[in-house]
Amino acid sequence: MNRDIILRVVSKLLIPIALIFALYVQFHGELGPGGGFQAGVIIAAAMVLHALIFGLAAARALVPEWLVETMVALGVLVYAGVGVAGLLLGGNFLDYFVLARDPAYGQMRGIFWVEVGVAISVSGVMLKIFYVFAGRGRALDDKP
Amino acid sequence: MTETLAVGALLALLVATAIAIARLRNLFAVVALTGAYSFLMAAVLTALDAADVAMTEAAVGAGISTVLFLGALHLTGALEAKPAQRPLIPLLVVIGAGILVVYGTYGLPGFNDPAAPIHTHVVPRYLQDGPRETGIPNMVTAVLASYRGYDTLGETTVVFTAGIAVIALLRRRRRPKDGEGKR
Repeated sequence: MNRDIILRVVSKLLIPIALIFALYVQFHGELGPGGGFQAGVIIAAAMVLHALIFGLAAARALVPEWLVETMVALGVLVYAGVGVAGLLLGGNFLDYFVLARDPAYGQMRGIFWVEVGVAISVSGVMLKIFYVFAGRGRALDDKP
Repeated sequence: MTETLAVGALLALLVATAIAIARLRNLFAVVALTGAYSFLMAAVLTALDAADVAMTEAAVGAGISTVLFLGALHLTGALEAKPAQRPLIPLLVVIGAGILVVYGTYGLPGFNDPAAPIHTHVVPRYLQDGPRETGIPNMVTAVLASYRGYDTLGETTVVFTAGIAVIALLRRRRRPKDGEGKR
């Protein structure tokens, strides 16, 4: 598929827009629709498009396997870490009120990091599943 | 009125797509139609003002799972085998179960009914106190990440576990070198 110039050009235009839209969905989730899960899925979808058009090897060079596998665990760690931070600051597990002096600001801070954790884990898992699926039959590898 | 019409038309298209998926034997067409099904579903959810779910449905259902299905087709064949006998009994079971489900919906409160239990129990508290307590205008995010933070942590752990399970099952093992007796 990587020889088709229309697909290459269009996806080159689309992938950055998709990634920026993912960031918008992530950091605007407090105000508009969206949040960590949606952002993570959109990031993964943009990377899958990159792998489909430019080949699995190029995608693996851009986002290597070790990074994806780390992201799978890191997201849950960030989420649980926010909970533990609440414990250490004298509140309950996942208590956001104690995360800042102003309780409402603490809520926003806690929700921000929790959503970051969700996005990291979700995009990592989606990409990893795609990598192992695509790697099995060498379905999308570059032709030599 | 227009919204009801649009949702009705979309639901009719969903039924038509589902019937086509069940009848087709060409799996490439089936994968394409499941993608279309997901986009229709996302449109229905948008019409119902559930933008968060619609976004997820479009990205996961139509995007990533379509690609995964195509990857699976590459490993298998693109044509579904004909069933050994006519699946009459399963068809009857499915129709019976479907009738039961539809019958069950008559016990539910009406669509958009403001007196439904879900709208009278905790929702008023979230709507009234949520913005003041969390300082976040988007109620979905406030409920998801703050009021129901434990649930969302559980969901993230489920995603994590699913990812680990897929890695454990599908990770490409190193091919045994010639002469080694391992299978």
